[in-house]
Amino acid sequence: MSPESARLRIKTWICATVVVLSNVFGNFFMKRGMPAELPTPLAYITALFQPWVSLGVLLLILWMLSRMALLSWADLSYVLPVTSIGYVLVALAGRVLLNEQISYKRWAGIALIMAGVALVSGGSAPQTAKASAAEGGQ
Amino acid sequence: MKWIWIAVIVAATTAGEVLQAMGMRRHGEIRDFRPDAIGRAMAVLAQNRFVIGSVVAMAISFFAYMGLLTIADLSFAVPATAVTYVLETVLAKYVLKEQVNWLRWAGASLVIFGVALVSL
Repeated sequence: MSPESARLRIKTWICATVVVLSNVFGNFFMKRGMPAELPTPLAYITALFQPWVSLGVLLLILWMLSRMALLSWADLSYVLPVTSIGYVLVALAGRVLLNEQISYKRWAGIALIMAGVALVSGGSAPQTAKASAAEGGQ
Repeated sequence: MKWIWIAVIVAATTAGEVLQAMGMRRHGEIRDFRPDAIGRAMAVLAQNRFVIGSVVAMAISFFAYMGLLTIADLSFAVPATAVTYVLETVLAKYVLKEQVNWLRWAGASLVIFGVALVSL
């Protein structure tokens, strides 16, 4: 592996980790803080200022920005499957933190997602498409 | 009615994510993660037509998803919208010109079935 592709792979792993964790925890805090009933649009807006919801919103902004940064060098067909590991984390977090039961169907789904992520991340470099012309010479 | 929401969500999500990838790839690799450099990059990206289009499409997708969840469960919504993985991978190959080798196709297919099973 050339130093350049090793650099890109490490950078991709770090950024993908931020993308996945900010999404999982952002959604978790949003769900934790959101009231069950939001009868009016005003209730929706005031809900955004609850502490847990605000933290969730901040994490989802971080998710959006880190995903954009990741896509500035990594392929969409790499990022999509690899970041789906978030579904696995949500299922496992439910089991560990909330003591939820995981059905056989869900375990099977978790296994399929992990196999898919392993195939994509192990079987191809994060970047195959040519970078933009503006980048040439760097 | 559910399927109309699904069609809107799938179309808007796919358009949004492909436009986002297109805009970011045109911008070029982000190398400097210091706060002032990120601020400058955001100012440049706010004028990128592809990025603006992607934000609009993702907002439509978000509100359509909220709309769908008022009449359907997550166990219907998540598997039904997992089809975006297929559409986006196809567009990644033909529009974004990525080299989608068979390992990526296989991986994306496993993920679709996995996501459907996890949420059913």
